[in-house]
Amino acid sequence: MATIGVIDYGMGNLHSLTRALERVAPSHRVELSYDPDRLIKADRLVLPGVGGVRHCMAELERLELTDFVREQLGAVPLMGICLGMQVLLEYSEENNGVDALGVFPGRVCRFPDPPPLSPAQDFRRKVPHMGWNRVEFTQDHPLTRNIAQDSWFYFVHSYYARPQFEDHVLGTTEYGEHFCSMLLRDKVFATQFHPEKSGRNGLQMLVNFVNWDGDV
Amino acid sequence: MSLARRIIPCLDINKGRVVKGVRFEDIRDAGDPVEIARRYDAEGADELVFLDITASHERRDTLYPVVEQVASEISIPLTVGGGVRSPNDVRRLLRSGADKVSINTSAVENPEVVREASDLYGKQCIVVAIDAKRVNRRKEEPRWNVFTHGGRKDSGLDAVEWAQRMVAEGAGELLLTSMDRDGTRSGFDLELTRAISDTVSVPIIASGGVGRLEDLEDGLAVGKADAVLAASIFHFREYTVGEAKDFLAERGLPMRR
Repeated sequence: MATIGVIDYGMGNLHSLTRALERVAPSHRVELSYDPDRLIKADRLVLPGVGGVRHCMAELERLELTDFVREQLGAVPLMGICLGMQVLLEYSEENNGVDALGVFPGRVCRFPDPPPLSPAQDFRRKVPHMGWNRVEFTQDHPLTRNIAQDSWFYFVHSYYARPQFEDHVLGTTEYGEHFCSMLLRDKVFATQFHPEKSGRNGLQMLVNFVNWDGDV
Repeated sequence: MSLARRIIPCLDINKGRVVKGVRFEDIRDAGDPVEIARRYDAEGADELVFLDITASHERRDTLYPVVEQVASEISIPLTVGGGVRSPNDVRRLLRSGADKVSINTSAVENPEVVREASDLYGKQCIVVAIDAKRVNRRKEEPRWNVFTHGGRKDSGLDAVEWAQRMVAEGAGELLLTSMDRDGTRSGFDLELTRAISDTVSVPIIASGGVGRLEDLEDGLAVGKADAVLAASIFHFREYTVGEAKDFLAERGLPMRR
């Protein structure tokens, strides 16, 4: 039986993610683990993440998962979600600056705090960016198959990825400015939104990931 | 700006069952939380809020399995609140499948709880619920105090200042309920919603008083709430969530449909 390894470094709610994977991939085993010796046997990997980047990187280091993740890149398809996307860049501004895994050249920046509401404005851009927003796919790719352009996905984050290279961007979202909401490089795929909380579109994206052989 | 405004049905949970009734009074069994959550998800609800109103001594055993079941069935975010006292309560709810946890009375009694839980689990999952009630005299500038214990106890804290304080302590979102309007079906307290939405940087969920679809529109357009919470108009099937969204979209508000 094929296995989806969910990298569990201790923080956050992995319940909805593992349940969603079990729902979309009944023929797969979903294994939640922090043990590189077990995760290395998985056919594909998911790197979830909530909370702060410093703690996340520290836990990945402590569990000897940073080297593991870097070594697995290119071997099996990997999907980063939310903070699991942000740690794939080189550096994050969060927590006074933290070096991250560096799979994607570029950095992670904070949305500026909203200015006070002016009478002319009808909406303030709050931080965190929380709720449903649209994603524009910038490449035609198996990972976006059967999902309409500009579909809604659920976001909750205050920092966002600014990859150095345009061709690593798979999707963008508008929140005051256009930011990168999906990344792709070789077999590494990442979303700033939570597919596991994004209704039908999100489940379809998980299906696409489970069916993806890692090629373009 | 394409970020959608959110519609959030709220379910009161007592001993693992959904109950209807004006808060705490005339409580009747209204069914299975899993079934009702699934229906709201199918109707297009953007998130769900569960408010556990079970008496505290029985609470924990009945709530966690319900959260777990519901979280397995829906693919939209779930916020759970009611009687959350410690970072450990937050952790257990998150582990059961809640995406966010709402803290109310204990934030007032011990604001450190918010700071600690936010540091541990991230502000994205910490909602601070504020129950506010007008305390100004007639013809004075409006003022609201924070009430606790289901609206029975005046904390003496100014609601606008308290909202700012909670954001500074690490709240990622505020659930703002007008005690004056809750259960009245006469619309949100728009002055309150606006006063707080204007002064904090995080999203605001307006709650308390929805009786018509126009009330939802006012909460978003006039009160500047980022999301609106309603219970009875959806429970009693006056409107589906889909009908509410169609109405609001026609009025020009961005909705996920």
